[in-house]
Amino acid sequence: MSSTIQNIYFRSDQAKAYTLLSPALILVIFAMAAPMIVMIFTSFNTQISMIEIDRTFTTGRYEDFFSKPIFSMLLFRSVKISFFVTLLTLLTTYPLAYYIAFYVKKNKMLWIVLMTLPFWTSYLLRVFSWRVILGNKGVINSALMGTGMIDEPLGFLLYNQAAVIITLSHAWAAFAILPLYVSLDKIDKSLLEASYDLGNTKFETFWRVTFPLSLPGVIGAILIIFIPTVGDYVTPQLVGGTDGRMLSNMIQSLFGRANNFPLGAASAVLMLTTVCLIAALVTYITKKVSMRMS
Amino acid sequence: MYNKNNTLFIYCIFYFAFLYIPVLLLPIFSFNDSFHMVFPLKGFTFDWYIQMWNKSRLHQALFNSIKVGIIASVVSTFIALFAAKAFTRYKVKFHGLSYGAILLPFIIPEIIIAVALIVIWTSMGLKLGLIPVTISHILFCTPFCMLILISRMEGFDKSLEEASMDLGENSFWTFWRVTFPLLLPGIIASLLLAFVISFDEFILAFFLSSSDQTLPIYMWSQLRFPKKFPHILALGAIIIIVTSLIVMTAYWLRNLGQGKKKDFSIGI
Repeated sequence: MSSTIQNIYFRSDQAKAYTLLSPALILVIFAMAAPMIVMIFTSFNTQISMIEIDRTFTTGRYEDFFSKPIFSMLLFRSVKISFFVTLLTLLTTYPLAYYIAFYVKKNKMLWIVLMTLPFWTSYLLRVFSWRVILGNKGVINSALMGTGMIDEPLGFLLYNQAAVIITLSHAWAAFAILPLYVSLDKIDKSLLEASYDLGNTKFETFWRVTFPLSLPGVIGAILIIFIPTVGDYVTPQLVGGTDGRMLSNMIQSLFGRANNFPLGAASAVLMLTTVCLIAALVTYITKKVSMRMS
Repeated sequence: MYNKNNTLFIYCIFYFAFLYIPVLLLPIFSFNDSFHMVFPLKGFTFDWYIQMWNKSRLHQALFNSIKVGIIASVVSTFIALFAAKAFTRYKVKFHGLSYGAILLPFIIPEIIIAVALIVIWTSMGLKLGLIPVTISHILFCTPFCMLILISRMEGFDKSLEEASMDLGENSFWTFWRVTFPLLLPGIIASLLLAFVISFDEFILAFFLSSSDQTLPIYMWSQLRFPKKFPHILALGAIIIIVTSLIVMTAYWLRNLGQGKKKDFSIGI
């Protein structure tokens, strides 16, 4: 008897919860899932004129993608650039998050606000600003030439993959600082004291205690930076030049001048697949590593 | 236990400079009397700010951006409010699945959402414009708002709601008289931050807006012309200052009445 009542109560609770969730789920289903399914269908179609698409099923667009080396090259380069962006961002922001978590005593909030504020200011302008800094007539070159250290502008600063990596790592810094800080700040300080009492040096304590405990933040940062940057368009377009072109730039031109929606859809599908596979791999490896550590 | 670390502190200062120099360069050059962004600065001028007032396309784009931003932030905050209540007050079955599904638009590359939406929109024979842009912004802002509101809801005492129910209020009035006032700072923060995100969003608008430019699209279209460029700097300087003020207000609101438990996340 009581279990039936409980059951009804539980069910009505579920009903309430899902009523509350329904607007969000409907949004995701209609504005994301359904469009993605249509995108996948379209990737098996053929563009026959400016506005006409032949809807018969064909794997031709995927054959196009893999038969023209430029596509696979751009996909590979997108992944490579994102990998280096993630690595550079983690390496440069970890010390910062570490400092705020362990050394800053007063006004931690102020530090965090100041470190994340640039993230909110126009993305487009921040990326553009890097073009101004790195360009031939840019800030670095004009400063160096002004002081007489060089006679010719350094051409290698802009329009290459390194410029894309630096700019993206600047743009995504906030997404690394926050998860890293949160996981470092959570660490129970008595564990560190215990480690010192057991005779570990500062360095050993870091490697054996602090770093492993901050891994959730590291993984969070990896996923949240790596996945979106694979699809970045603005940065390669503004500072990448030919050398720094990524798959997104190709996709954009397929929906613009090249006007080949099915091939653009196929490229997007392959980008999504790649990103999912890598995210799954990262999660799997972390699980293994954290199991071994505990 | 850790008192001082000068090496790390100096590193932080350098990193700080790295973060802020690109942001601050634009306002500096917006007062520079030259078409080129080159040091040394030529002279001081307000010309670019004055020029801005005579650009009707800029006004239209600004108006479009504000319209889209307000609709997107209000709708996504509403949707997120319900979802946040479900996740914090009920043991939702398939919690991980629904939670993940709602957060997904925030994580997957925006260009993929843009492609998916442009494909479905055109295959239905509909015209691109501000409507698909607004829909995509609602989709993109909702996860953000939900995370902000969840952390706000977890921050206050559930027993306040229970007390209200025990005193005979039904769930609507409990929400309206107890939960809502307690959540209000979080709700306003969510509205403000969602507005900033939508206002700044580029790639979805770039794919979906067609000829109805939003402000970032307008700026993008002007970047190629050096002669038109300085007024974009002036515009950029204003955007930077206004968004910084909005974001600082939002941060302040989020911690209002939270006591010792400070909330640092921007939604991660």
